Amino acid sequence: MDFTLKIWRQENATAKGSQQEYKVKDISSDTSFLEMLDALNQQLVEKGEDVISFDNDCREGVCGTCSLYINGEAHGPKKLVTTCQLYMRSFTDGQTIYIEPFRANAFPVIKDLVVDRSALDRIQQAGGYTSFNTGSAPEANAMPIAKEDAAAAFDAAECIGCGACVATCKNASAMLYVSAKVSQFAYLPQGKVEAAERVLNMVAQMDTEGFGNCTNTGACEVECPKGISIKNIARMNREFMCASLTSE
Amino acid sequence: MTKLDSKIPEGTIDRKWENYKSHSNLVNPSNRRKLDVIIVGTGLAGGAAAATLGEAGYNVKAFYFQDSPRRAHSIAAQGGINASKNYQNDNDSDYRLFYDTVKGGDYRAREENVYRLAELSGNIIDQCVAQGVPFAREYGGTLANRSFGGAQVSRTFYASGATGQQLLLGAYSSMNRQIKAGKVKSYNRHEMIDVVVVDGKARGIITRDLVTGKIERFGAHAVVIATGGYANVYYLSTNAMACNATAAWKTYKKGAYFANPCFCQIHPTCIPVSGELQSKLTLMSESLRNDGRIWVPKNIEDVKAIREGKLKPTQISEENRDYYLERRYPAFGNLVPRDVASRAAKERCDAGYGVNKTGFAVYLDFQDAINRLGDKTIRERYGNLFDMYENITGDNPYYTPMMIYPASHYSMGGIWVDYETMTTIPGLYAIGEANFSDHGANRLGASSLMQCLCDGYFVLPATISNYLANDIHTGPINTNTPEFEKAEIDANNLIKKLFDIKGTKSVDYFHKKLGLLMWDKVGLSRNEKGLNEAIAEIKTIRENFWKDVKVTGKADQMNNELEKAIRVADFLELAELIAIDALNRNESCGAHFREESQTEENEAKRNDNDYKYVSAWQYTGEGNQPTLHKEELTFNAIELKQRNYK
Amino acid sequence: MSKGIFSGSIGRKFVMSLSGLFLITFIVIHLLINAFSLGLCWDGRALFNAGSHFMATNPFIQIMQYVLALGFIIHIIMGIRLTIQNNAARSVKYTHNNPGANSSFSSRSMIITGILILLFLVLHIKDFFIEIKFNELGGLPSDYDLLLAVFSQPLFVGLYVFAFIVLGIHLNHGFQSAFQTLGLNHKKYNPIIKGASVLFCIVVAVGFSSIALFHFFNV
Repeated sequence: MDFTLKIWRQENATAKGSQQEYKVKDISSDTSFLEMLDALNQQLVEKGEDVISFDNDCREGVCGTCSLYINGEAHGPKKLVTTCQLYMRSFTDGQTIYIEPFRANAFPVIKDLVVDRSALDRIQQAGGYTSFNTGSAPEANAMPIAKEDAAAAFDAAECIGCGACVATCKNASAMLYVSAKVSQFAYLPQGKVEAAERVLNMVAQMDTEGFGNCTNTGACEVECPKGISIKNIARMNREFMCASLTSE
Repeated sequence: MTKLDSKIPEGTIDRKWENYKSHSNLVNPSNRRKLDVIIVGTGLAGGAAAATLGEAGYNVKAFYFQDSPRRAHSIAAQGGINASKNYQNDNDSDYRLFYDTVKGGDYRAREENVYRLAELSGNIIDQCVAQGVPFAREYGGTLANRSFGGAQVSRTFYASGATGQQLLLGAYSSMNRQIKAGKVKSYNRHEMIDVVVVDGKARGIITRDLVTGKIERFGAHAVVIATGGYANVYYLSTNAMACNATAAWKTYKKGAYFANPCFCQIHPTCIPVSGELQSKLTLMSESLRNDGRIWVPKNIEDVKAIREGKLKPTQISEENRDYYLERRYPAFGNLVPRDVASRAAKERCDAGYGVNKTGFAVYLDFQDAINRLGDKTIRERYGNLFDMYENITGDNPYYTPMMIYPASHYSMGGIWVDYETMTTIPGLYAIGEANFSDHGANRLGASSLMQCLCDGYFVLPATISNYLANDIHTGPINTNTPEFEKAEIDANNLIKKLFDIKGTKSVDYFHKKLGLLMWDKVGLSRNEKGLNEAIAEIKTIRENFWKDVKVTGKADQMNNELEKAIRVADFLELAELIAIDALNRNESCGAHFREESQTEENEAKRNDNDYKYVSAWQYTGEGNQPTLHKEELTFNAIELKQRNYK
Repeated sequence: MSKGIFSGSIGRKFVMSLSGLFLITFIVIHLLINAFSLGLCWDGRALFNAGSHFMATNPFIQIMQYVLALGFIIHIIMGIRLTIQNNAARSVKYTHNNPGANSSFSSRSMIITGILILLFLVLHIKDFFIEIKFNELGGLPSDYDLLLAVFSQPLFVGLYVFAFIVLGIHLNHGFQSAFQTLGLNHKKYNPIIKGASVLFCIVVAVGFSSIALFHFFNV
């Protein structure tokens, strides 16, 4: 398969970027999207040019490092997969593919397609934990947790922190991401102790980072590679309201 | 030659850890804030250690090359984590977990370390549950277990197929809490380039900021290496793209011994290579072997027809299938340990029975299980894995058998450490996969998560005080010393040297070449001739690399090619040590199979008389043969037996 | 109450949803009274005039008028403010975007449909509210006659029908969105809310439009 690629190149955070055109040829349909970019980078090395920077690591869809806005969608056209799990069979031969970084003011571009997502870490630091020091934990089976609650917590906890929800949202809102963590703890007894403080602090940090507001378009859950549901957002709204009304 | 002192505490095996803790030196909480600890790597081991040392009150500086601590490759572990809780009332105990781990490691692990691991395994689960790790539960609300990797008891805790992710996010959350508390300072996109040793003690590291390219010095009273394994020396592996051996290798070159490098685990159930652009291999959880049956066609004509696309696997009748694991190992069948399953697959494919276009794949068939248990049960058990497989290959495993092939997965070998997880450089520690200690020659399923968290949450925090207690009057580490300056200059020179070659071949070219060679001659099956050839060829590849590699871009910006070049340069040296170690160890044990040492039925034959030791290699300068130090292994709590899975 | 419940991003959304739900109740009543004019089971003229009179004179309704106005103002100002903030959260836009792949047109165009409804509201207030309150119906005998007069002009009927469709689109997202924002979300009831949302927006758009068209063609 042959493709025409229109890729965002930007030398550093302050430089002005632009869309550059590249061509790749003879790519097998079983090649992954990132391997296709590897092939392009090999071409660039041969020509002595600087390679295109793009974040990636595990290439099995779980580390959340890879990003990319491909043909107008976060992680490309296929649903429920990250870019590293996107295969060229999802495209047609000869297609033009637009590749841009995840865009949000809270995700400044570092270089080319690489963005800084540390805002997401700072939100977790604001409250995405339970305060148990190592060694102080009670016996694991001392806290029975209903099977369905554990499963629901897991569904929320599956978030890989890639930021596709932010990239997709027309408002660059991080609500799905934040709600996944809030919701995970809301389902679990060990999360209850600090629940009110957690949701207030995490939402406050989210606002500080400059993410937009949620307008319930639901685009985030459609593009989320892990299928995190927006019911978590509703749950967080509830938690937030209760916490705001009751905390001192 | 220094004698290796593994500092095993006194007492019977079940009292040693208690004994150690009761007699080790402590640091008063008010003194802890005067002490800095550098942790390199924020996976399960590093993240857990950073959190715990932060809680204890030390000043922790955590470095990682990823953009967030949550990206470390521990996240990709699917199956589960072992613990001897005996929740299933099936007579599990610390001893039994210890026994299984030592036996699984083919008696090449240090028994005291393994016993401690088993002893602490239960605490890990408590800790993780408290963090909110959503382990699978029974209807009554208690924790669920499954059996894993052929264990006779159900002791594996799991969170669907994403146990590693959930455990890592747990450690990450605890670390975040300490970041917020100001006890852990986190440095993302910083890669360790060198360790700095001052007056014989590890006192800091040199890093490269992967965004600005800046080379920086960081000092601390102790340095902890938690940078994972070196499976990427094979180029194609189940490791993440950026997993590398540089941090570990640089400590080796500064005097830390490197132990058992030849113990590289090849995982039997990975998705086979599909083409030349393949950049990594994806593991399919070992749990699939609980219900899947592995086979290749009996007749070579069928193999040909399949490869040409004229025949489908489902069209081959039962009697024309060779369920070779069930045939060779009737007692364990498809559940033989990883190394046995891997070699058996290679044996069939080398004999010409590989079933995909490249000839390197065997079938993993769920038809029987689907018939027996129904679609729904199989979907519940393996749904996410089947979906993943279908997404990658385009084949639906509900209708056609999966194709699998072994791939490089985990390195049991690593930096040599004593009972305290300290290396041969005082003040330098190695934890998690980066060290060598607990898995012997072969790691059992669901044990790596256990070891990483054990080291990070419990072992290192308890042992590091024994060392740091002597440093309470040292004061902040000065980084303006000749040692730091030299290390920084060396790092800059390395980068300059790489750019200055201006050759014709990309970094990947050399890495792929190395990987193929390693797979071929230092892979699943090794022999003296092949290893000698490999040593010579690695040297050639390395020489060519330094003559002809082409690194584009600039040093003072994000530059993925440069990052790769630095890592591959080290892989090219480590590869040689792996081959040297494999050549030295003329026995078959665990993942290391020497063709010279096998039974008449072509099974691995261990040689306890000559090789019951840990090989710890000492660096002796560029171009020199490394010196071998042997740590004799003594087994007092367990009787040595030849493994038998028939 | 700490950190100001209505100051953060979620708080602002609560304001939007609560004010929106309040405005929805107004629309329901409005539609009901308009439907009187159809004369389906009574004399349309009398019924509509009576309803209209009630709305213009009942003391409670008189007070509620101001609350309603406040509701509109809050909803409009907050909506505009949120939109400005949201636009600012991504100052460099995508050159190639495909939002149709993941979200509905109505959910993405709330500000556009909202502004169109606001413009319509200005027109509507001028046509009816001001005429009735301050202009003594421009000399017409009853509210019903005013209705007939407005809906006899093709341009106006066209504008009104267009506005009702826009309102329907706005409500299609707004209705269910309000529940989501308030955290009223349950696996069991979500389909009901979604269904009710679609039904409601159709009833509003078709209901208002058909009344206008009915009078246009019946004059």
